[in-house]
This record gives sequence, structure tokens and C-alpha cells, in this order.
Amino acid sequence: MGTSVFYFVATLSIISALMVVFAKNPIHSVLYLILTFFTFTIHYVLLNAQFLAVVNFIVYMGAIMVLFLFVLMLLNLNKENEPNKSVLLRIIGVIAGGCLVVTLIGSLKSAVINTPLELKDQNLGLVENLGKELFGQFMLPFELSSLLLLSAMVGAILLTKKEEKTNG
Amino acid sequence: MEIDFVIEKFILVTAIFAISLLIAMYSTYAERKVAAFLQDRLGPDRAGPFGILQPLADGVKMFMKEEIIPANANKWLFMIGPGLAMLCACIGTAVIPWGQDMMVGDRLVKLQVADVNVGLLYIFGVISLGVYGVMIGGWASNNKYSLLSSIRAASQNISYEIAMGLSIIALLLVTNSLSLREIVAQQHGWQWNVLYQPLGFIIFMVCAFAETNRAPFDLPECEAELNGGYTIEYSSMKLGFYLFAEYINMFVSSTIMAALYFGGYNYPGMDYMATLLGPTWGPLFGTFIFFLKIFAFIFFFMWVRWTIPRFRYDQLMNLGWKGLIPLAIANIIVTGIVIAIVNKF
Repeated sequence: MGTSVFYFVATLSIISALMVVFAKNPIHSVLYLILTFFTFTIHYVLLNAQFLAVVNFIVYMGAIMVLFLFVLMLLNLNKENEPNKSVLLRIIGVIAGGCLVVTLIGSLKSAVINTPLELKDQNLGLVENLGKELFGQFMLPFELSSLLLLSAMVGAILLTKKEEKTNG
Repeated sequence: MEIDFVIEKFILVTAIFAISLLIAMYSTYAERKVAAFLQDRLGPDRAGPFGILQPLADGVKMFMKEEIIPANANKWLFMIGPGLAMLCACIGTAVIPWGQDMMVGDRLVKLQVADVNVGLLYIFGVISLGVYGVMIGGWASNNKYSLLSSIRAASQNISYEIAMGLSIIALLLVTNSLSLREIVAQQHGWQWNVLYQPLGFIIFMVCAFAETNRAPFDLPECEAELNGGYTIEYSSMKLGFYLFAEYINMFVSSTIMAALYFGGYNYPGMDYMATLLGPTWGPLFGTFIFFLKIFAFIFFFMWVRWTIPRFRYDQLMNLGWKGLIPLAIANIIVTGIVIAIVNKF
């Protein structure tokens, strides 16, 4: 059952990922991206990585994509005010995309694994085990990155406070 | 998977769904009655005795109204919006433990649909998803007012989610578990989390008000500035769905607050009652107590709505970013230090 669910969800993620690129309307693109992230969440659940699944759900679907939508709605992109793309720009786009495809195919070719990977611990993705790994082996990088995020947030609050002072 | 397991869960899901819809339905009635009481009026009293058939009459009215999809609206997204609002409102109850394990005949029934070990985060995820219904509907209406309302809803939701998440972190320091089942079970008898996390509870509650778009945080549907906001182009049952989803959200948030901070199905003297009532009725009585707590919270939601005037937009952002977030961070630090000291000695 697991494999068939995987193939179903994988097809869904590929289709919705393609729709992100092909959709004409940027808002539709973002909505398809949300769908793509949702299918990723299902993939994580299938891989027994519950914590990662829920965090993906909260952070990507619940927060980052809301901000994406927010910005796009603020910009209100229409057909009329969309800048004209010149031929040169299109050629550059095609070349850059082609380079990306070549790189991806190259890396995929070298990354062929004949023997399936065996997880040492099936329950590594559960909160308890993941927490022990993060706060044991990866203590320093984890703490540093969390400090970085906290300082970014405090900085954002500080910026708004400073503005108020100069105004008043 | 055994067939009786599937049947058990099916009955439970149906019951929870029906109960949340019923409660949401009568919340609309209760809201009017509470408003009437607070403003020294009578409230609805025409349909049935004391007007208790009013929600039915409203429902019929909603269904009978003409359904209009604006010409310039994005048709599919316009229809998906209310559905999404309803869906996100309803799926939150799946991980709530409604009571202790109950004996039905000689079968032990868990009064919880899904015992996920990241239940608390699941709830948080569902809450953060709730804004999509408003955003998509508001954008698809192709109306300036509803677009402004969507933008407001998004920024309000994001801002208050941070403080809410931080208050949950402080709660996690106390409970040491992400499973709602365990969190509720730990609060046996009188050991409710609100006694250990009073500040965290207040922050969580304010954020819950903001996340459900309830007054005084109902800026996305502000009548005075936005003519009703994202619902402006909606008619018939689509409008009904939006209004209904708000009441379901209110019910779910009340449930979460009662479960996380006010002990859920726990009450003082529950062991005595359990021996008195036996293994079937004891847990059910706990569930009854749980619902009393939920109703108290719903009443509180209404009480606040008819007492406190709406915030101005800058006041809302000030409260969220400069008030609640620093407070929540301080709460985490203090909680952490206290727990470290308690564990040391």
C-alpha cells in the first residue's frame, strides 16, 4: 500500500510543481506551490518523519506561503502593468534554464544508487529522537542558527521602534 | 486494520463533526442572546419558544438567497474560498482527547480520533492554515475592499502566530510532551497548566482571538472601513460558510484553550467520581465537564466581543509585535530558569 500511495502523491507533486511554472497568473502559481508543499508533507509522513512533516506544514504552508500571497496581493500584478520581456531577456532565460537542467541531469546521473538505503533507526524522524540528535551531536550549529533567527526577529521589532522615535 | 476499529473511529468522527456543527449553529443564537443581554434587549424570540429555532430559520434563509458570482471574479477560487475556510475550521478537532478511555460493553474506546505524537504542532498548523480561506476568497472576489481585507487578514495572522508559537514553547517546557493526550492526562485533578503558565495562557488567548478574527481583532471584516471585508461579494450559503466557519473556529479555539490550559476533561475529585460512576459513565462525565469549560470560553469570546471596541490597525500591530512577542520571549526565559532551578534542587 505504501508504494502505491507514494506513486500517487509523487505524481501529484510533480503535476502541481509543473503547474507552478506554467500557470499564467502569479497568484495561481503560489496556490500550486502551496499544493506542492502539501504533497511534500505527505511524503514526510510516509517516510515516518512526523516532526519534519508538521514543521513543513506550519512553516512553509502556514507562514512562508501566506507571506508570498500577501506580497503578490499587495503588488497586484496584472496583464497591463506587466513589463515587456525583450527577446534578449528570453534568450538569457532559456540559456540559464538549460544550464540548470544539464546540471541537474548530471548530478542525478552520478547519484545513482543501486542498493537501497537502509535507515539505521526507523524512528529517527520522531520528535524525541530528532531532538536528541539536534541537542546532542549538532548542539552548536543548532543553537547558533536559532540565535540568528531570534536576532533577526528582534531586529525587525527594533526597526519599527526606531522609526517611531524619529517621527514623534 | 480491524473492521470494528474503523467503525469505532467512524462513529467518533461523525459524532464530533455533528457536535461541532451543532455547537457552531447554536453559537450564532447564543451570540445574539448574549449581545441582547449585555445591551439590555430581548434578542431573537420569534422562532419557537425563546427563539431557539432561530438558527434553523437563518440557515433556511441562507440557502434560499440568490447566489451571485461576480462577473470579474475568479470563479473557481471564489468557490474554493468558503470551502477552504470550512475545511480548516473542521479538521482541528481530530487530535483533541475528548475524555479518558471509556468502557463500552467490554471494549476500551479511546475518545480521540487520532493520537498523533505531534498533536500540538498539528493544531498549530491547522490554525495557521485557516487564513487561506479568507485570503483566497478575498482575492478572488476582485473587489478592492475584499483585497484589502485579505491583506489585513494575512498580516494579522502572521503577526499573532509568532506570539502564539512562543507561548506554546513555554507550555512545552512545562509539559515535556507534544502529544495532546499526554498534555491533558498530566493535568490530573487540579494540576491545570494555567496555574504554571498564567502569562502564557493570557498571551495564547489574545492570539486565539486574533487568529479567529473575533472582535476586538476583527479588522478583516471591519464594517466601518471595509464594508464587511472579504465577505462583501459573497451571497447565499457561501457567505453562510464564512460566517459559520468563524463560529466553528471559535469552538475549536475554546476547546484547545480548555484542553491545553484548563485541564480538558480533568476536574477536582475526578478519582472519587470515577469510582462512583464506573468505567463507562465516569469518563463521559469528564467529557461533560470538558464541554462546560468549552462553553464558558465561548461565552467569554462573546462577552469580549460586546464589551471591547475594535482595535485600530496600528494598535493591533503594536500589541502583537511590541507587546505580546517580547512578553512571550520573557515568559520562555523565566519558565526555563525556574524549571532549571526546580530540577536542580
